[in-house]
Amino acid sequence: MLMSVSLTLLEGFVVTLELFLLTLLFALPLGLVLSFGTMSRCAPLRWVVKTVVWIVRGTPLMLQIMVVFYGPGLMFDLPLLPRFTAAVVTFVINYACYFSEIYRGGIQGVPVGQQEAGLVLGMKRGQIFFKVTLLQVIKRIVPPMGNEFITLVKDTALVRVISVYEIIWMGESYIKKGMIWPLFYTAVFYLVANGVLTLLFGWIEKKLNYFK
Amino acid sequence: MPVLDVQHIEKHFGATRVLEDISFSLEQGQALAIIGSSGSGKTTLLRCLNFLETPNQGKILVNGETLFDADDPATQRESEVRKKRLHFGLVFQSFNLFPQYTALENVTLAGELLAKERPDFKQNKRAILEEIRTQGQALLERMGLSDRAGHYPHQLSGGQQQRVAIARALALKPDILCFDEPTSALDPELTGEVLKVIRSLAQQKTTMIIVTHEMAFARDVADQVIFMDGGVIVEQGPARQVIEQPREERTRQFLSRYSQN
Repeated sequence: MLMSVSLTLLEGFVVTLELFLLTLLFALPLGLVLSFGTMSRCAPLRWVVKTVVWIVRGTPLMLQIMVVFYGPGLMFDLPLLPRFTAAVVTFVINYACYFSEIYRGGIQGVPVGQQEAGLVLGMKRGQIFFKVTLLQVIKRIVPPMGNEFITLVKDTALVRVISVYEIIWMGESYIKKGMIWPLFYTAVFYLVANGVLTLLFGWIEKKLNYFK
Repeated sequence: MPVLDVQHIEKHFGATRVLEDISFSLEQGQALAIIGSSGSGKTTLLRCLNFLETPNQGKILVNGETLFDADDPATQRESEVRKKRLHFGLVFQSFNLFPQYTALENVTLAGELLAKERPDFKQNKRAILEEIRTQGQALLERMGLSDRAGHYPHQLSGGQQQRVAIARALALKPDILCFDEPTSALDPELTGEVLKVIRSLAQQKTTMIIVTHEMAFARDVADQVIFMDGGVIVEQGPARQVIEQPREERTRQFLSRYSQN
């Protein structure tokens, strides 16, 4: 019994991990673009991006999932997105906004003197970013990013509201058969995934400890 | 012909006039000290020379070549400004070493990146990088830091960090080396080692501009002294004369405040 439940839940957990990885794949670069938007010298662009970030961070992710999935059909009579696609789109937008704030903090946390030192040494702006600033930004954003990654693993459970067959859905399906423990058992999968992430981030932090 | 000729530089931030009609020149091998209270525009002047600020008026000439002319936008193109900066070196008050690089890497990084632009870099890559490395090592030795080459900035004292920063600025062989209050961020017992290095550079006839609050040091090391107040040059002349027998009342007041402290 345990074996067959484990395999079923694992099937759901693969969907969870797919959502997790696809979100990171798109939200990490998109967040960097958004962070440049919030730091732009062009005021209209800055305010547009800041407003988007405010709306996305200011409303529940569960609500956003429902709006993205049902919204286009209800409001504009458009065909529904596939459930998983709608989930990925929502998560990418949501997490890109959170990442953008982390990037912004990381970039603005590097003293301006670093850039000035590069400039007076005749470096190009791109060289300054890649050879001087970037690693210092990475060092600064690793701890908050670790938090976000762990939150993301757990937030994937929210897509259950549009019936994406991830691990919580699979666990709940056993309730109809009179079994509650498979739902509780899903916690183990999350714990293992987040344990791995915790170790990974600890390792990265340690690797970057050689400078201050 | 002077190495540096600064003509009628003006700089304002909004309505605040930070520099007004600044003119001076500097001969090859001379050291110029700029003194004055905080907010007198000394640092802004150095930042203008290093193209970190753009003056609103005036000209900057190095070896007779016009590097900057406020009336000629052609002299302000970003691509050329980068090369022009190399005429100057700048040592910051807060060192600004790159934390993720060792002392030696801090000294060699910019040279390595510049070397990539040389047409013969691909063929002679190994020899060029080796030469840059050897020079960097020699510079650290001149700074008394040969045993610290592999240390990261956070493993060095403030005085050692500032000496690495001086080596880093010298590595690109600037025509004029600028110091922006190089000892102001240091504990008193560490200022000596940095001043000693600057003193030996002066003895080797390095052309320098030193913004400093160390009056005795300015008097002994600099050839010329400029006293600034409220964004203008109040007095300039031979170091000993300006500091020991100032002609202007404002200079006298400033110096007497200093000797009281």
